[in-house]
Amino acid sequence: MTTWDYAPAPESAALANLQPSYRPFVDGAFVDGGGQALTTVNPATEEVLAEVGTASAQDVDRAVAAARRAFEKTWGPMPGAERAKYLYRIARIVAERSRELAVLETLDNGKPIRESRDVDVPTASAHLFHHAGWADKLGYAGLGPDPKPVGVVGAVIPWNFPLLMAAWKIAPALACGNTIVLKPAETTPLTALVLAEIAAEAGLPAGVLNVLPGAGDVGAALVGHAGLDKVAFTGSTDVGKEIQRTLAGTGRRLTLELGGKAANIVYDDAAIDQAVEGVVDGIFFNQGHVCCAGSRLLVQESIAEEFSELLLRRIETLRVGDPLDKNTDVGAINSRAQLERIVDLAAAGDAEGAVRWTSACPLPERGLYFPPTVFSGVEQTMRVAREEIFGPVLSVLTFRTPEEAVAKANNTPYGLSAGIWTEKGAKAMWTAQRLRAGVVWTNTFNRFDPASPFGGYRESGFGREGGRAGLEAYLSA
Amino acid sequence: MTLSPPTDGRLPVAKTFKLYLGGAFPRSESGRVYPVSDTKGRLLAHAAQASRKDVRDAVGAARGAFGGWSGATAYNRGQVLYRVAEMLQARHDQFVDDVLAAEGGTRRKASGLVDAAIDRWVWYAGWTDKIAAVLGSVNPVAGPMVNWSAPEPTGVVGVLAPQASSLLGLVDVVAPVLAAGCTAVVVASQERPLPAVGLGEVLATSDVPGGVVNILTGSTAELAPWLAAHGDVHALDLVGAPEGIAVECERAAAGTVKRVLPRPATEPDPVRVPGISRLRAFTEIKTVWHPVGR
Repeated sequence: MTTWDYAPAPESAALANLQPSYRPFVDGAFVDGGGQALTTVNPATEEVLAEVGTASAQDVDRAVAAARRAFEKTWGPMPGAERAKYLYRIARIVAERSRELAVLETLDNGKPIRESRDVDVPTASAHLFHHAGWADKLGYAGLGPDPKPVGVVGAVIPWNFPLLMAAWKIAPALACGNTIVLKPAETTPLTALVLAEIAAEAGLPAGVLNVLPGAGDVGAALVGHAGLDKVAFTGSTDVGKEIQRTLAGTGRRLTLELGGKAANIVYDDAAIDQAVEGVVDGIFFNQGHVCCAGSRLLVQESIAEEFSELLLRRIETLRVGDPLDKNTDVGAINSRAQLERIVDLAAAGDAEGAVRWTSACPLPERGLYFPPTVFSGVEQTMRVAREEIFGPVLSVLTFRTPEEAVAKANNTPYGLSAGIWTEKGAKAMWTAQRLRAGVVWTNTFNRFDPASPFGGYRESGFGREGGRAGLEAYLSA
Repeated sequence: MTLSPPTDGRLPVAKTFKLYLGGAFPRSESGRVYPVSDTKGRLLAHAAQASRKDVRDAVGAARGAFGGWSGATAYNRGQVLYRVAEMLQARHDQFVDDVLAAEGGTRRKASGLVDAAIDRWVWYAGWTDKIAAVLGSVNPVAGPMVNWSAPEPTGVVGVLAPQASSLLGLVDVVAPVLAAGCTAVVVASQERPLPAVGLGEVLATSDVPGGVVNILTGSTAELAPWLAAHGDVHALDLVGAPEGIAVECERAAAGTVKRVLPRPATEPDPVRVPGISRLRAFTEIKTVWHPVGR
């Protein structure tokens, strides 16, 4: 039988306009950071991409002071309509430079170019565009006729959506009249620094946006800084709890977007092929490095066998490999540390008696990769069912009744997202009402839009990002 | 200290003050009580001094009542809250006596405070079926999707009631929790707990299901940390926290990522008409996506 192989379809790495070194952005200029420089690597090859200067505690002080000056002198007093125009400019330049940003994101993060090109960069631009429009309409946000900005915002973001998370923090903060000091993740600092360059290109006044690369120590110095009025954090639940403890008693505002262990519920009356696609997208999008990933498949017992067969057959067709190849579905794991964590948690699945299935797809010989993996026979007490794996690992549980599905779905301290697959509208709504999750996708999964609030219940954090609800975090009524 | 003497040759029947927990009125499991006096230092009664175990029982009751209360229709919850106002109105004079004894001042002022407490229940009764319209939205996402957001109750709310305002301050922080669809474990004002016990009796006869509100009397500083750390408490209102423990409570709340309303520098003036900030604080925005197609 003839097999039809895919021809390679690589995107050009040269589009990234990669520089040998990058520096922190403070008070409107790129400066030499006082911290120890780090190197950022391409997880697809483990080759060094660039050297990145990091911030010292003094740089954090300088950035916060610059943000304070900008808040008081330029950005805070500026009419909303003028602030809007800066954000529109930035949104437009992000769109114009989208190929460069997408390739750079894929090099630094390891995600498939298909996703950085079609999801990360356009959604980042859309967030900036959406929030630009709010800047002169804040009186309509539902917080009173003349809500005020909070002041200086410190934001710490994760490595899974480096540019998109930067935009999620910067756009609403600036639209509401705040200034911001942003710390990108240690392993993925590049696109946030290019975004700073874009802001400078757009003429954004000095100090309004500051970007400080560095590791956890820079993040800790920033979120604990007494000069901030608000902290916005996206990352792990453990770090989020530590930040909440740090801010206890300070009166500083805080929003947290933390981990998740989303249930994807497939009823026996679901459109099976659509549900298979949705489940695949739910867990293998972005290598499963998604806080709202559908990492627990709850499938109704009566169709479990048939569904699993179709699911595994579909997963087997996923192409794992070079993230710059336009045909790649699953890219590289972002860092060696994360790969080790995934390996460890999968081993815990074996040890606790779950049955591991691994896609037979070929993996590249070098670089950081983990094959699509499915655990079946999973019990609710197992670590693979309780802990966020943050990788391409799906746990499958079954249920008999809708009540049982809801109980199992809610049986987690997290509450970020959930999925429901059924052709019965009434049952979909019944289930959606009962799920303790901030985002419920029915017959779809992993959708994002700047107009749509995103955020969790319980230990998935508090506060929302996007839409009218998201503005609340950055305004004082 | 002695309780009030005979009047007109008749010795008044003194009331035993208990907790309000799971719809019943138990004594503290610890068997402890503490003396409560009026503003002139005269003994009013002994109130139950709740323990850590009482906190746990109260949280269990609130957790158990959450499904029913949050699942009730907003219309129904509004009627129940309005019914509280009716019952409070019927016992107006008793509450004037209690507030006067607890807070001092003039009878006229105490009467005004009770009126305001009644009106506050009416105000929040009207909110139950309007929160979603005011805080929710239909979101015009860029794709063939219908997408909407609406507030849902956060869960069990731990409330440290204001210390100064014994009735109106209490209603000011409990009514929004109920209007939002949450259930509550309330630690009453430590020095002025008696109107809170009276309010428990009103709630018990107002169609509010047992466990929806649980009122503990005793030492706020002793009880608050257990409430702040409890895994089944989802939000914390520190409005009446003693200064010395507020930070400790906030820190403990981080263990389960609780939503926290921090202790204000001064207790808010309960007479002002509140905004909807407390309704917002104890609700979560849930967003639902559904494809549109044929």
